[in-house]
Amino acid sequence: MSDSDTVGRPGAPGLARGARGGAAPDTAPEAPISTPQGSGGTPAQPPKVITRPGDKIFKALTVGSGVFVVAMIALIGVFLLIQAIPSLADNQANFLFGRDWDADPEGGLAFGVLDLLLVTVFSSVFALIIAMPVSLGIALFLTQYAPRRLARPFAYLVDLLAAVPSIIYGLWGAYVLAPALAPVSTWLNENLGFIPLFATGTSNLAIGQTIFTAGIVLAVMLLPIITAISREVFDRTPPMQVEGALALGATKWEVVRTTVLPFGRAGYISASMLGLGRALGETIAVLIILSSTTSHFGFSLFDGGDTIASKIARAAQEFNDPRGAGAYIAAGLVLFVLTFVVNAFARSIIAGHKEYE
Amino acid sequence: MSTATDLNRPAAPPAFQEINSSRRFKNRLATILVGLTFVLALAPLVWLLITVIAKGFQYVLNADWWQKSLAGLTSRQFGGGVYHAIIGTLLQGLICAVIAVPIAILVAVYLVEYGKQSRLAKAVTFTVDILSGVPSIVAALFIYALCITTLGMPRSAFAVSLALVLLMIPVVVRTTEELLKIVPDELREAAYALGVPKWKTIVKIVIPTAMSGIITGISLAIARVMGETAPVLVLVGYTTFINYDPFGGSMASLPLLMTSERLTTNEVGEARVWGAAVTLILIITVFNLLGSLISRLTSLKTK
Amino acid sequence: MAKRIDVKDLNLFYGKFHAVDGVSLAVPPRNVTAFIGPSGCGKSTVLRSLNRMHEVIPGARAEGKVLLDGEDIYASTVDPVSVRRTIGMVFQRPNPFPTMSIRDNVVAGLKLAGERNGKKLDEVAEQALRGANLWAEVKDRLNRPGGGLSGGQQQRLCIARAIAVQPDVLLMDEPCSALDPISTLAIEDLIQELKKDFTIVIVTHNMQQAARVSDQTAFFNLAGVGQPGRLVELDDTERIFSNPTQKATEDYISGRFG
Repeated sequence: MSDSDTVGRPGAPGLARGARGGAAPDTAPEAPISTPQGSGGTPAQPPKVITRPGDKIFKALTVGSGVFVVAMIALIGVFLLIQAIPSLADNQANFLFGRDWDADPEGGLAFGVLDLLLVTVFSSVFALIIAMPVSLGIALFLTQYAPRRLARPFAYLVDLLAAVPSIIYGLWGAYVLAPALAPVSTWLNENLGFIPLFATGTSNLAIGQTIFTAGIVLAVMLLPIITAISREVFDRTPPMQVEGALALGATKWEVVRTTVLPFGRAGYISASMLGLGRALGETIAVLIILSSTTSHFGFSLFDGGDTIASKIARAAQEFNDPRGAGAYIAAGLVLFVLTFVVNAFARSIIAGHKEYE
Repeated sequence: MSTATDLNRPAAPPAFQEINSSRRFKNRLATILVGLTFVLALAPLVWLLITVIAKGFQYVLNADWWQKSLAGLTSRQFGGGVYHAIIGTLLQGLICAVIAVPIAILVAVYLVEYGKQSRLAKAVTFTVDILSGVPSIVAALFIYALCITTLGMPRSAFAVSLALVLLMIPVVVRTTEELLKIVPDELREAAYALGVPKWKTIVKIVIPTAMSGIITGISLAIARVMGETAPVLVLVGYTTFINYDPFGGSMASLPLLMTSERLTTNEVGEARVWGAAVTLILIITVFNLLGSLISRLTSLKTK
Repeated sequence: MAKRIDVKDLNLFYGKFHAVDGVSLAVPPRNVTAFIGPSGCGKSTVLRSLNRMHEVIPGARAEGKVLLDGEDIYASTVDPVSVRRTIGMVFQRPNPFPTMSIRDNVVAGLKLAGERNGKKLDEVAEQALRGANLWAEVKDRLNRPGGGLSGGQQQRLCIARAIAVQPDVLLMDEPCSALDPISTLAIEDLIQELKKDFTIVIVTHNMQQAARVSDQTAFFNLAGVGQPGRLVELDDTERIFSNPTQKATEDYISGRFG
């Protein structure tokens, strides 16, 4: 009973907000749910079914919690927006297209999110490009190639990558991986520097606080995420298809290429999008690895800079003036919308595939 | 028919068709590449763990490390410990779990036992999906905007816990939902047929049947949120003193200690950072092991 | 204890699908009634509607009357939960609660209804287990999990669980279909004993079983492909198996279909 009390409290404001938030959560509980006693399926049913008070209370609690969660996501958007508006109104720069960030309320706010956004997307996409093929290989290895008995412990090892806190990834990336990558990045810069991607950037290659390092660390962090979902989907390849291919005399690789990959493609892409969402929002690892800079982002892997998330975290301890904080909250709102869209897109890819259920 | 004549041909030399060499090469190449990716994934894991242990393990062997705080020590003095940060990490994680777990279980119960295919259920499922993708820094900003700017609360460990609640709910909902789904309907029917009301059936039969898995899921989720750094950066101040009060004042936690001491660029700072890293990994490991241990102890026995 | 059941013009639906059409029948107290018929003819559906378990399935509903000693269990003032306390049920596959010991399984109904008196629960458990012919086999391991028993024992445990709440009627939905022949025999013997105290309705796929255990037999059949199931004939078991009035019954019993 004490459990339900604790739940009731946060649930209550959620209910009120949900009703305001939209029609869907408001009307849904009555119409299509079959009542515990079930016969509410058609409105034509004349006798009302008796429901016990315990059942009513408990059901209300669960529905309330559901509505609370739905309301939560709306509240996140609304609150960030409310807090961002005053600062946006005071902003002397173009928020979406400005490239400089000055959120110091003294001397007027002038903050543009574009550079942060570019670094965010650039580093995440770079990480994704590395992580996608590797994850595909791991998922195939675990589901198709690894010896049956070892598949589970191997999968557990890959999952361990997800259990490591991102701050530890950050420390490892900044203090161990970054110097170790120096020869690679120097070589790339010296030999391929004519390509803008490898041009000399704003960060010292010997120290390695570059998007290059950050992207590789992000890629490692994405591996377990993309692998886990891809693995699940690959595992559901109908055995009939596999056996059909085998019976035609296909090699292992041909079986994979003709059955597993086409079947799992949508799941793999969706998994990659979820991974992208994760990379876009990664905070502390990027914060630790990337060197701050005042120069504009030059589309080089050897630039420093800040992502939206790392910029917010860098300034977080000085959020004392609400208008300054509002600028960062506005940037947070951009990040929220971005990850929302990427995640919703990822889910929508899978949603159409009943065979994955 | 033509196959029949083929077969009737006298003594076809090889019993089985040879696979042509390009197909065989491709197959072998694919096998090697796929195996390599796995090695490629393990390399950073091993490298990272070795780094952390090599740099930090020596410090956690000292009993003071687990029993003392860093209070009164300057950034040039070795000694002290991270007791204050361990307390903070555990406290924040547990407060978060106390709030998040009941809500998450109720949401999962709603989805599996009541919502089914209703529009609200679909909205909830969608929201849980989206919530699981919300970056921790956004969750932290939201709690900042809600509690600190709007409600005027001070920065506190409790605010951190609230932000962690947002991150924990989707994880626990997902696992609980999956586990409730595999509780056989026969058990629900058996309870109904005994004249047990639906809510009691859920509370006393369905949830206990899924309990061992739910507990594992919860301890994994706690382990995960305890490693979150973004919320502590935004929502609570760092201190080297021990603070047991989640509602007032600064409170250290292992991630916060690491980000703060990282700025101490000498051997003392390094010792604190890497020692804390080892400590955090140990705590996370303990919670993971605890989860599987509890689930093993409470799992359904047949003998 | 035992009460009579009268079913009057019962129609059963799954969503829009009309599963059972216009069934009327009477089940006298302290008597075993068997429901037989081909798969999908609605006999289990009818059985489940007798204690309002039918409506547990989403979208399922019932029209018509089911009278328990003259009282309609579908009346708007009746709580389905209390109907199920009065009319117990045993399912196709044994389904003991995996989290509970043997003893707790037996008294689950009472315990979940709020009975806390341990001594009384122990007494009820022993009585019900004796009633289900299981006491001798489990009395030394009452605190072990129910899942450790054999299939036949588990099913008798479920019967013990059902009779522990002292219902008036016991419904059995193919209770032996998942059991081996020896366990089946044990359950059939048990049914003969339970008949002294309970009104029993049993759905069975096995015509020999119906002939062995029941006093009267109801034959259900589909009116046609895609049509609802209906009651073809209800009569003394002996008459049904020796001299049925309907040709469909005779065809089914002589193995010409089904």
